[in-house]
Amino acid sequence: MNDVWVALVQSLILVVALLTVFAGMTLVERKLLGYFHLRVGPTRTGPWGLARPIADAIESSVKEDLIPAGADKLVFRLAPIISVFAALAAWAVIPIGPPVEIAGRVIPLQVADPAGGVLVALAFSSLGVYGVSLAGWASQSKYSLLGAMRAAAQMISYELSMAMSILGVLMLSGSLRLADIVAAQSSVAFIWLQPIGFLIFFLSGVAEVARVPFDLPEAETELVAGYNTEYSGMRYAMFMVAEYVGMFTVSAMVTLLYLKGWHGPGFLPPVAWFLVKLAALLFVFIWLRASLPRLRYDRLMDFGWKVMLPLSVLNLIITAVGVAVWG
Amino acid sequence: MLKALAQGMGTTLRIFFRKKKTIAYPKEKKPRAERFRGRHELRRYDNGLEMCIGCELCQVACPAAAITVMPAENDPNRPNSPGERYAWKYEIDMLRCIFCGLCEEACPTQALHLTPVNELADFTRDSLIYSRQRLVNTHTSDFTVPTNVYPEYSGWTPMHQGAAVYEAEEAEQTSRGEDRP
Repeated sequence: MNDVWVALVQSLILVVALLTVFAGMTLVERKLLGYFHLRVGPTRTGPWGLARPIADAIESSVKEDLIPAGADKLVFRLAPIISVFAALAAWAVIPIGPPVEIAGRVIPLQVADPAGGVLVALAFSSLGVYGVSLAGWASQSKYSLLGAMRAAAQMISYELSMAMSILGVLMLSGSLRLADIVAAQSSVAFIWLQPIGFLIFFLSGVAEVARVPFDLPEAETELVAGYNTEYSGMRYAMFMVAEYVGMFTVSAMVTLLYLKGWHGPGFLPPVAWFLVKLAALLFVFIWLRASLPRLRYDRLMDFGWKVMLPLSVLNLIITAVGVAVWG
Repeated sequence: MLKALAQGMGTTLRIFFRKKKTIAYPKEKKPRAERFRGRHELRRYDNGLEMCIGCELCQVACPAAAITVMPAENDPNRPNSPGERYAWKYEIDMLRCIFCGLCEEACPTQALHLTPVNELADFTRDSLIYSRQRLVNTHTSDFTVPTNVYPEYSGWTPMHQGAAVYEAEEAEQTSRGEDRP
């Protein structure tokens, strides 16, 4: 029973922390995008724009909740919930540090520690596709449907190369548990052993979360429409939560799988090192958004199937040969 | 293609560390050019006389019909301008004005001048019709009254009543209730 209470408290802390960091991330993204564009981001709402997330939260919650007349009421309401759930649930198996000792008990810094940690995280990210496609379908609008179908196709295509690139890491570490993978990197980080795998995983992660340059599903809301069109206020904010938390998940996975997780020189605690690496990867996410134009959809799919997937298979073969020869 | 990507991302990264060009208005203001066409002013000569002689050329030149000029005879004891007439009523409707500067170009005495002041927002339409009091400068400028331009003013003209005619008419209109459009 004690373990259940520990897990509940951890879940609560995790959800609160993720939502708070999401709020901060919206502001950080706007500020950093501004800095990349030789301008400052929000500066008026509070010093350095710090009250911006609060203002956005208030705005989302008091907006009129429009549901299109022809929409399927239940599915329309359910879709953002599915997206948010899938995004947040992936964090249940992500450890942010080594087990700590609190009040005489050793507590692992993850909510659950199944033997197939990596697989569970990937599976929960895949559930996000449901949220997107159901949203597009339930909106009962042609543009929403098309946008959602495109988004769903993009997400499932890039999941393939994501999973294939991880296979190299799994061969090197011999276990699916994320804590074991981090431990297996104690001598050398897997990014040096698997540079191609790292790039493929990172880029596939960017495409999975539908961030620039793969953000046609998201950009369609700017151009014409997308699965987001009919959503307003808090429901739209939930989709944004799902997107940003997905970004955090991809960054966390890259940190754990390729960048030695929480290892680092001793002047900072391990959790801090994990967060520093996470922040660096989020900076790269925003840097990509500030610099690159978006890919046209057919080129995006070409890239996923004709470049990413063969490269990840190649990576797999090379890693297999290496492991067989050198052990 | 990778080289192009690296160049692009390198550019944004370099710009990340540069000083930003954003001007924090209203604490900082963008400096305007000297000949920036902003708010109008009617200048005075260095001896205090108004440069505007009420010739109405600016009214004719204005493409937006923003200027209304009604001249009057100068009182010989207290002349406003060095010529025979001065601008007794001078109104510029700032809401019609397009700040083109044609009135400034048309003015033969260089009385009308557009200053770099451009923060002119206000709350009511009436307050944005600038009248004489707001437009004529209270300070003098460096211009001197040109010699051999204005004839000797003897003080006798057919309209020797001067501004009194207009003032009487205006008082009558006000009493009839026709002074507002």
